[in-house]
Amino acid sequence: MNVPTTLLGLLEPAPSHGYELKREYDDLFADNGRPLSFGQLYGTLSRLERDGQIAVLGAEPGEGPDRKRYAITESGVTQLDRWLAEPEKPEPMLQATLFVKVVLALLSRRPAEQYLETQRQAHLSRMHELTAMRKAGPLDRTLLADYGLFHLEADLRWIDVTTARLDQLRIEIAR
Amino acid sequence: MTILQADSLTKSFGATPALAGASLTVDRGQIIAVMGPSGSGKSTLLHCLAGIFAPDHGTVAFDGRRLDLMSDRGRTKLRRTAFGFVFQFGQLVPELTAIDNIALPLLLDGVRRRTAYERAAGWFGRLGLDGLEGRRTGELSGGQAQRIAVGRALVTRPAVLFADEPTGALDSLTGEQVMDLMIDSVRAEGTAVVLVTHDARVAAHADTQITVRDGKVISGVRV
Repeated sequence: MNVPTTLLGLLEPAPSHGYELKREYDDLFADNGRPLSFGQLYGTLSRLERDGQIAVLGAEPGEGPDRKRYAITESGVTQLDRWLAEPEKPEPMLQATLFVKVVLALLSRRPAEQYLETQRQAHLSRMHELTAMRKAGPLDRTLLADYGLFHLEADLRWIDVTTARLDQLRIEIAR
Repeated sequence: MTILQADSLTKSFGATPALAGASLTVDRGQIIAVMGPSGSGKSTLLHCLAGIFAPDHGTVAFDGRRLDLMSDRGRTKLRRTAFGFVFQFGQLVPELTAIDNIALPLLLDGVRRRTAYERAAGWFGRLGLDGLEGRRTGELSGGQAQRIAVGRALVTRPAVLFADEPTGALDSLTGEQVMDLMIDSVRAEGTAVVLVTHDARVAAHADTQITVRDGKVISGVRV
Protein backbone atom coordinates (compact mmCIF):
# COMPACT_ATOMS: atom_id res chain seq x y z
CA MET A 1 0.00 0.00 0.00
CA ASN A 2 1.50 3.32 -1.05
CA VAL A 3 -0.15 5.81 1.34
CA PRO A 4 1.52 9.03 0.06
CA THR A 5 0.55 8.44 -3.57
CA THR A 6 -2.92 7.27 -2.56
CA LEU A 7 -3.46 10.57 -0.72
CA LEU A 8 -2.34 12.40 -3.86
CA GLY A 9 -4.96 10.45 -5.79
CA LEU A 10 -7.67 11.45 -3.32
CA LEU A 11 -6.61 15.09 -3.41
CA GLU A 12 -6.52 15.33 -7.18
CA PRO A 13 -10.28 15.79 -7.81
CA ALA A 14 -10.56 18.63 -5.25
CA PRO A 15 -8.67 20.16 -2.31
CA SER A 16 -9.58 18.66 1.05
CA HIS A 17 -9.02 18.74 4.81
CA GLY A 18 -7.06 16.07 6.68
CA TYR A 19 -10.13 14.70 8.38
CA GLU A 20 -12.03 14.40 5.08
CA LEU A 21 -9.07 12.65 3.49
CA LYS A 22 -8.97 10.10 6.29
CA ARG A 23 -12.71 9.43 5.97
CA GLU A 24 -12.49 8.95 2.22
CA TYR A 25 -9.39 6.78 2.50
CA ASP A 26 -11.01 4.53 5.14
CA ASP A 27 -14.27 4.25 3.13
CA LEU A 28 -12.45 3.12 0.01
CA PHE A 29 -9.47 1.20 1.27
CA ALA A 30 -9.67 0.25 4.98
CA ASP A 31 -11.32 -3.10 4.16
CA ASN A 32 -8.38 -3.84 1.92
CA GLY A 33 -5.70 -2.99 4.50
CA ARG A 34 -6.35 -1.04 7.66
CA PRO A 35 -7.70 2.40 8.60
CA LEU A 36 -5.30 5.30 8.35
CA SER A 37 -4.19 6.64 11.74
CA PHE A 38 -4.16 10.41 12.25
CA GLY A 39 -0.45 10.20 13.05
CA GLN A 40 0.30 8.54 9.73
CA LEU A 41 -2.05 10.90 7.87
CA TYR A 42 -0.55 14.14 9.14
CA GLY A 43 3.01 12.79 9.00
CA THR A 44 2.48 11.86 5.35
CA LEU A 45 0.80 15.19 4.50
CA SER A 46 3.67 17.17 5.97
CA ARG A 47 6.21 15.12 4.00
CA LEU A 48 4.19 15.61 0.79
CA GLU A 49 4.09 19.35 1.51
CA ARG A 50 7.83 19.45 2.19
CA ASP A 51 8.45 17.63 -1.14
CA GLY A 52 6.25 20.09 -3.05
CA GLN A 53 3.65 17.50 -4.09
CA ILE A 54 0.85 19.21 -2.17
CA ALA A 55 0.36 22.78 -0.99
CA VAL A 56 -1.61 24.24 1.92
CA LEU A 57 -4.30 26.49 0.51
CA GLY A 58 -4.81 28.29 3.77
CA ALA A 59 -5.67 27.48 7.34
CA GLU A 60 -9.09 28.29 8.70
CA PRO A 61 -9.29 30.03 12.07
CA GLY A 62 -8.58 27.76 15.01
CA GLU A 63 -5.83 25.45 16.20
CA GLY A 64 -4.52 22.17 14.81
CA PRO A 65 -3.75 20.53 11.48
CA ASP A 66 -7.45 19.73 10.88
CA ARG A 67 -7.98 23.33 9.85
CA LYS A 68 -5.65 23.18 6.85
CA ARG A 69 -6.90 22.63 3.33
CA TYR A 70 -4.54 20.73 1.07
CA ALA A 71 -4.31 20.78 -2.74
CA ILE A 72 -2.25 18.64 -5.11
CA THR A 73 0.50 20.45 -7.04
CA GLU A 74 1.69 19.84 -10.59
CA SER A 75 4.59 17.81 -9.23
CA GLY A 76 2.09 15.75 -7.22
CA VAL A 77 0.04 15.01 -10.36
CA THR A 78 3.20 13.92 -12.18
CA GLN A 79 4.09 11.56 -9.33
CA LEU A 80 0.53 10.12 -9.32
CA ASP A 81 0.61 9.63 -13.12
CA ARG A 82 3.93 7.84 -12.93
CA TRP A 83 2.82 5.50 -10.12
CA LEU A 84 -0.44 4.55 -11.81
CA ALA A 85 1.08 3.85 -15.21
CA GLU A 86 4.05 1.81 -14.03
CA PRO A 87 3.35 -1.91 -13.47
CA GLU A 88 4.12 -3.26 -10.03
CA LYS A 89 6.82 -5.88 -9.69
CA PRO A 90 4.88 -9.12 -10.06
CA GLU A 91 5.07 -10.86 -6.73
CA PRO A 92 2.62 -12.68 -4.46
CA MET A 93 0.15 -10.61 -2.39
CA LEU A 94 -0.01 -7.65 -4.73
CA GLN A 95 -3.76 -7.29 -4.69
CA ALA A 96 -3.94 -4.39 -2.21
CA THR A 97 -1.81 -2.14 -4.41
CA LEU A 98 -3.53 -3.18 -7.64
CA PHE A 99 -6.94 -2.52 -6.10
CA VAL A 100 -5.91 0.99 -5.04
CA LYS A 101 -4.56 1.73 -8.51
CA VAL A 102 -7.81 0.66 -10.15
CA VAL A 103 -9.96 2.74 -7.79
CA LEU A 104 -7.77 5.85 -8.11
CA ALA A 105 -7.66 5.50 -11.90
CA LEU A 106 -11.46 5.32 -12.05
CA LEU A 107 -11.88 8.24 -9.64
CA SER A 108 -9.67 10.43 -11.80
CA ARG A 109 -10.96 9.09 -15.17
CA ARG A 110 -7.58 7.71 -16.09
CA PRO A 111 -7.30 4.61 -18.34
CA ALA A 112 -7.71 1.80 -15.77
CA GLU A 113 -7.99 -0.81 -18.58
CA GLN A 114 -4.57 0.18 -19.86
CA TYR A 115 -2.96 -0.03 -16.40
CA LEU A 116 -4.46 -3.49 -15.87
CA GLU A 117 -3.26 -4.65 -19.29
CA THR A 118 0.28 -3.36 -18.61
CA GLN A 119 0.24 -5.22 -15.31
CA ARG A 120 -1.08 -8.35 -17.02
CA GLN A 121 1.83 -8.31 -19.46
CA ALA A 122 4.34 -7.84 -16.64
CA HIS A 123 2.80 -10.84 -14.88
CA LEU A 124 2.91 -13.03 -18.00
CA SER A 125 6.58 -12.17 -18.56
CA ARG A 126 7.43 -13.10 -14.99
CA MET A 127 5.44 -16.34 -15.29
CA HIS A 128 7.46 -17.23 -18.39
CA GLU A 129 10.70 -16.78 -16.39
CA LEU A 130 9.35 -18.85 -13.50
CA THR A 131 8.26 -21.59 -15.94
CA ALA A 132 11.85 -21.83 -17.23
CA MET A 133 13.07 -22.01 -13.61
CA ARG A 134 10.49 -24.70 -12.83
CA LYS A 135 11.66 -26.81 -15.76
CA ALA A 136 15.36 -26.41 -15.00
CA GLY A 137 14.97 -27.87 -11.49
CA PRO A 138 16.20 -29.27 -9.12
CA LEU A 139 12.99 -30.11 -7.29
CA ASP A 140 13.32 -27.53 -4.50
CA ARG A 141 13.68 -24.74 -7.10
CA THR A 142 10.80 -26.25 -9.07
CA LEU A 143 8.55 -26.12 -6.03
CA LEU A 144 9.58 -22.54 -5.30
CA ALA A 145 8.81 -21.55 -8.88
CA ASP A 146 5.44 -23.35 -8.63
CA TYR A 147 4.58 -21.32 -5.54
CA GLY A 148 5.22 -18.09 -7.42
CA LEU A 149 3.36 -19.31 -10.52
CA PHE A 150 0.21 -20.23 -8.61
CA HIS A 151 0.12 -16.86 -6.83
CA LEU A 152 0.72 -14.88 -10.01
CA GLU A 153 -1.98 -16.93 -11.70
CA ALA A 154 -4.41 -15.89 -8.96
CA ASP A 155 -3.46 -12.21 -9.52
CA LEU A 156 -4.04 -12.65 -13.24
CA ARG A 157 -7.48 -14.08 -12.68
CA TRP A 158 -8.30 -11.08 -10.52
CA ILE A 159 -6.94 -8.73 -13.24
CA ASP A 160 -9.12 -10.45 -15.88
CA VAL A 161 -12.28 -10.39 -13.78
CA THR A 162 -11.68 -6.76 -12.78
CA THR A 163 -11.10 -5.75 -16.40
CA ALA A 164 -14.44 -7.34 -17.27
CA ARG A 165 -16.17 -5.42 -14.45
CA LEU A 166 -14.59 -1.99 -14.85
CA ASP A 167 -17.70 -0.36 -16.32
CA GLN A 168 -19.80 -1.51 -13.38
CA LEU A 169 -17.14 -0.48 -10.85
CA ARG A 170 -16.87 2.95 -12.49
CA ILE A 171 -20.59 3.51 -11.93
CA GLU A 172 -20.50 2.32 -8.32
CA ILE A 173 -17.50 4.46 -7.39
CA ALA A 174 -19.09 7.54 -8.95
CA ARG A 175 -22.12 7.27 -6.64
CA MET B 1 10.61 -15.76 -40.99
CA THR B 2 6.84 -15.82 -41.19
CA ILE B 3 5.11 -19.20 -41.57
CA LEU B 4 1.52 -18.15 -40.91
CA GLN B 5 -0.08 -14.76 -41.38
CA ALA B 6 -3.66 -13.69 -40.79
CA ASP B 7 -4.91 -10.20 -41.64
CA SER B 8 -8.18 -8.54 -40.57
CA LEU B 9 -10.14 -11.76 -40.13
CA THR B 10 -13.87 -11.57 -39.56
CA LYS B 11 -16.14 -14.52 -38.94
CA SER B 12 -19.74 -14.65 -37.74
CA PHE B 13 -21.97 -17.53 -36.77
CA GLY B 14 -25.44 -16.33 -37.73
CA ALA B 15 -25.81 -12.92 -36.16
CA THR B 16 -23.05 -13.56 -33.63
CA PRO B 17 -19.66 -12.11 -34.56
CA ALA B 18 -16.78 -14.32 -33.39
CA LEU B 19 -13.92 -12.49 -35.10
CA ALA B 20 -14.00 -8.77 -35.79
CA GLY B 21 -10.75 -7.89 -37.56
CA ALA B 22 -8.18 -10.21 -35.95
CA SER B 23 -4.61 -10.16 -37.26
CA LEU B 24 -1.70 -12.35 -36.26
CA THR B 25 1.74 -13.35 -37.51
CA VAL B 26 3.50 -16.57 -36.52
CA ASP B 27 7.19 -17.11 -37.29
CA ARG B 28 8.80 -20.49 -38.00
CA GLY B 29 9.39 -22.32 -34.75
CA GLN B 30 7.62 -19.66 -32.69
CA ILE B 31 5.40 -20.78 -29.82
CA ILE B 32 2.53 -18.35 -29.46
CA ALA B 33 -0.19 -18.53 -26.82
CA VAL B 34 -3.61 -17.09 -27.65
CA MET B 35 -5.41 -16.10 -24.47
CA GLY B 36 -8.78 -14.53 -23.77
CA PRO B 37 -12.02 -15.05 -21.90
CA SER B 38 -14.65 -17.58 -23.01
CA GLY B 39 -16.40 -16.37 -26.14
CA SER B 40 -13.60 -13.95 -27.03
CA GLY B 41 -13.01 -15.65 -30.40
CA LYS B 42 -9.72 -17.37 -29.60
CA SER B 43 -10.82 -20.86 -30.75
CA THR B 44 -12.43 -19.42 -33.89
CA LEU B 45 -9.13 -17.68 -34.62
CA LEU B 46 -7.34 -21.04 -34.32
CA HIS B 47 -9.88 -22.70 -36.61
CA CYS B 48 -9.44 -19.98 -39.25
CA LEU B 49 -5.63 -20.11 -39.01
CA ALA B 50 -5.73 -23.88 -39.44
CA GLY B 51 -8.08 -23.75 -42.43
CA ILE B 52 -10.87 -25.58 -40.58
CA PHE B 53 -13.16 -22.56 -41.04
CA ALA B 54 -12.95 -20.12 -43.92
CA PRO B 55 -13.12 -16.52 -42.66
CA ASP B 56 -15.96 -14.30 -43.92
CA HIS B 57 -13.40 -11.61 -44.76
CA GLY B 58 -9.67 -11.20 -44.41
CA THR B 59 -6.74 -13.33 -45.47
CA VAL B 60 -4.80 -16.29 -44.06
CA ALA B 61 -1.51 -17.32 -45.64
CA PHE B 62 0.58 -20.36 -44.80
CA ASP B 63 4.11 -20.18 -46.17
CA GLY B 64 2.88 -17.65 -48.72
CA ARG B 65 -0.14 -19.72 -49.85
CA ARG B 66 -3.62 -18.24 -49.30
CA LEU B 67 -5.77 -20.66 -47.27
CA ASP B 68 -8.84 -18.48 -47.66
CA LEU B 69 -8.68 -18.92 -51.46
CA MET B 70 -7.96 -22.66 -51.37
CA SER B 71 -10.54 -25.37 -52.13
CA ASP B 72 -11.83 -27.54 -49.27
CA ARG B 73 -9.81 -30.38 -50.69
CA GLY B 74 -6.64 -28.31 -50.78
CA ARG B 75 -7.13 -27.19 -47.18
CA THR B 76 -7.80 -30.76 -46.06
CA LYS B 77 -4.57 -31.91 -47.64
CA LEU B 78 -2.64 -29.07 -46.05
CA ARG B 79 -4.08 -29.89 -42.63
CA ARG B 80 -2.98 -33.48 -43.03
CA THR B 81 0.55 -32.75 -44.20
CA ALA B 82 1.62 -29.40 -42.76
CA PHE B 83 -0.45 -29.04 -39.58
CA GLY B 84 -0.83 -31.05 -36.39
CA PHE B 85 -3.65 -30.80 -33.88
CA VAL B 86 -4.05 -31.44 -30.17
CA PHE B 87 -7.42 -30.77 -28.57
CA GLN B 88 -8.78 -31.12 -25.07
CA PHE B 89 -10.92 -34.23 -25.65
CA GLY B 90 -11.77 -37.11 -27.89
CA GLN B 91 -9.17 -37.06 -30.56
CA LEU B 92 -7.91 -40.65 -30.41
CA VAL B 93 -9.71 -43.53 -32.08
CA PRO B 94 -10.80 -45.73 -29.16
CA GLU B 95 -10.93 -48.98 -31.14
CA LEU B 96 -7.29 -48.67 -32.14
CA THR B 97 -4.15 -49.24 -30.08
CA ALA B 98 -1.81 -46.45 -29.02
CA ILE B 99 0.67 -47.20 -31.82
CA ASP B 100 -2.14 -47.44 -34.41
CA ASN B 101 -3.28 -43.98 -33.37
CA ILE B 102 0.17 -42.47 -33.80
CA ALA B 103 0.74 -44.24 -37.15
CA LEU B 104 -2.70 -43.26 -38.48
CA PRO B 105 -1.87 -39.82 -39.97
CA LEU B 106 1.11 -41.33 -41.80
CA LEU B 107 -1.01 -44.14 -43.21
CA LEU B 108 -3.67 -41.65 -44.32
CA ASP B 109 -0.92 -39.74 -46.05
CA GLY B 110 0.15 -42.80 -48.04
CA VAL B 111 3.30 -43.71 -46.10
CA ARG B 112 4.09 -47.44 -46.31
CA ARG B 113 2.76 -49.41 -43.38
CA ARG B 114 6.11 -50.64 -42.15
CA THR B 115 7.69 -47.17 -42.30
CA ALA B 116 4.67 -45.63 -40.61
CA TYR B 117 4.84 -48.08 -37.69
CA GLU B 118 8.61 -47.66 -37.33
CA ARG B 119 8.22 -43.91 -37.11
CA ALA B 120 5.30 -44.22 -34.70
CA ALA B 121 7.27 -46.64 -32.48
CA GLY B 122 10.08 -44.08 -32.25
CA TRP B 123 7.74 -41.73 -30.40
CA PHE B 124 7.04 -44.00 -27.43
CA GLY B 125 10.43 -43.46 -25.79
CA ARG B 126 10.21 -39.69 -26.27
CA LEU B 127 6.73 -39.68 -24.78
CA GLY B 128 7.80 -41.75 -21.76
CA LEU B 129 5.28 -44.43 -22.82
CA ASP B 130 7.54 -47.41 -23.59
CA GLY B 131 5.63 -50.69 -23.34
CA LEU B 132 2.19 -49.14 -23.97
CA GLU B 133 2.26 -49.49 -27.77
CA GLY B 134 -0.38 -52.24 -27.82
CA ARG B 135 -2.81 -50.70 -25.33
CA ARG B 136 -6.18 -49.57 -26.56
CA THR B 137 -6.60 -45.89 -25.91
CA GLY B 138 -9.56 -46.51 -23.61
CA GLU B 139 -7.15 -48.29 -21.28
CA LEU B 140 -4.84 -45.29 -20.96
CA SER B 141 -4.95 -42.60 -18.26
CA GLY B 142 -5.88 -39.05 -19.32
CA GLY B 143 -2.24 -37.95 -19.24
CA GLN B 144 -1.06 -40.95 -21.25
CA ALA B 145 -3.82 -40.45 -23.83
CA GLN B 146 -2.85 -36.79 -24.21
CA ARG B 147 0.80 -37.74 -24.75
CA ILE B 148 -0.32 -40.13 -27.50
CA ALA B 149 -2.28 -37.22 -28.99
CA VAL B 150 0.93 -35.14 -28.95
CA GLY B 151 2.80 -37.96 -30.71
CA ARG B 152 0.05 -38.32 -33.29
CA ALA B 153 0.06 -34.57 -33.96
CA LEU B 154 3.83 -34.42 -34.42
CA VAL B 155 4.59 -37.72 -36.20
CA THR B 156 4.09 -36.13 -39.62
CA ARG B 157 6.64 -33.42 -38.66
CA PRO B 158 4.17 -30.59 -39.26
CA ALA B 159 5.31 -27.00 -39.71
CA VAL B 160 2.62 -25.77 -37.29
CA LEU B 161 0.99 -27.46 -34.31
CA PHE B 162 -2.42 -26.14 -33.27
CA ALA B 163 -3.28 -26.92 -29.65
CA ASP B 164 -6.63 -25.92 -28.13
CA GLU B 165 -6.65 -26.24 -24.31
CA PRO B 166 -4.38 -29.30 -24.59
CA THR B 167 -4.23 -29.82 -20.82
CA GLY B 168 -7.73 -28.59 -20.00
CA ALA B 169 -8.93 -32.01 -18.84
CA LEU B 170 -5.84 -32.89 -16.78
CA ASP B 171 -4.84 -32.19 -13.17
CA SER B 172 -2.08 -29.60 -12.58
CA LEU B 173 0.87 -31.96 -12.30
CA THR B 174 -0.12 -34.18 -15.24
CA GLY B 175 -0.92 -31.08 -17.29
CA GLU B 176 2.57 -29.66 -16.61
CA GLN B 177 4.17 -32.96 -17.65
CA VAL B 178 2.22 -33.01 -20.93
CA MET B 179 3.10 -29.35 -21.59
CA ASP B 180 6.81 -29.92 -20.86
CA LEU B 181 6.83 -32.87 -23.23
CA MET B 182 4.96 -31.05 -25.96
CA ILE B 183 7.22 -27.98 -25.73
CA ASP B 184 10.42 -30.05 -25.69
CA SER B 185 9.21 -31.99 -28.74
CA VAL B 186 8.25 -28.93 -30.81
CA ARG B 187 11.51 -27.18 -29.94
CA ALA B 188 13.45 -30.26 -31.06
CA GLU B 189 11.49 -30.39 -34.33
CA GLY B 190 11.40 -26.63 -34.96
CA THR B 191 7.61 -26.73 -35.13
CA ALA B 192 5.67 -23.49 -34.64
CA VAL B 193 2.78 -23.70 -32.16
CA VAL B 194 -0.49 -21.81 -31.89
CA LEU B 195 -1.63 -22.63 -28.36
CA VAL B 196 -5.13 -21.54 -27.36
CA THR B 197 -5.66 -21.46 -23.62
CA HIS B 198 -7.36 -19.53 -20.86
CA ASP B 199 -4.77 -20.90 -18.41
CA ALA B 200 -1.91 -18.47 -17.73
CA ARG B 201 0.37 -21.24 -16.48
CA VAL B 202 -0.02 -23.05 -19.80
CA ALA B 203 0.50 -19.80 -21.73
CA ALA B 204 3.69 -19.15 -19.76
CA HIS B 205 5.39 -21.92 -21.79
CA ALA B 206 5.04 -19.80 -24.95
CA ASP B 207 7.56 -17.30 -26.38
CA THR B 208 4.77 -14.84 -27.14
CA GLN B 209 1.41 -14.33 -25.55
CA ILE B 210 -1.42 -12.52 -27.25
CA THR B 211 -4.86 -11.67 -25.91
CA VAL B 212 -8.07 -11.85 -27.92
CA ARG B 213 -11.08 -9.86 -26.75
CA ASP B 214 -14.32 -9.27 -28.64
CA GLY B 215 -12.91 -10.95 -31.72
CA LYS B 216 -9.77 -8.81 -31.96
CA VAL B 217 -6.15 -9.28 -30.96
CA ILE B 218 -5.78 -6.53 -28.37
CA SER B 219 -2.28 -7.03 -27.07
CA GLY B 220 0.80 -9.10 -27.31
CA VAL B 221 3.87 -9.66 -25.18
CA ARG B 222 7.03 -11.32 -26.47
CA VAL B 223 9.17 -12.73 -23.69
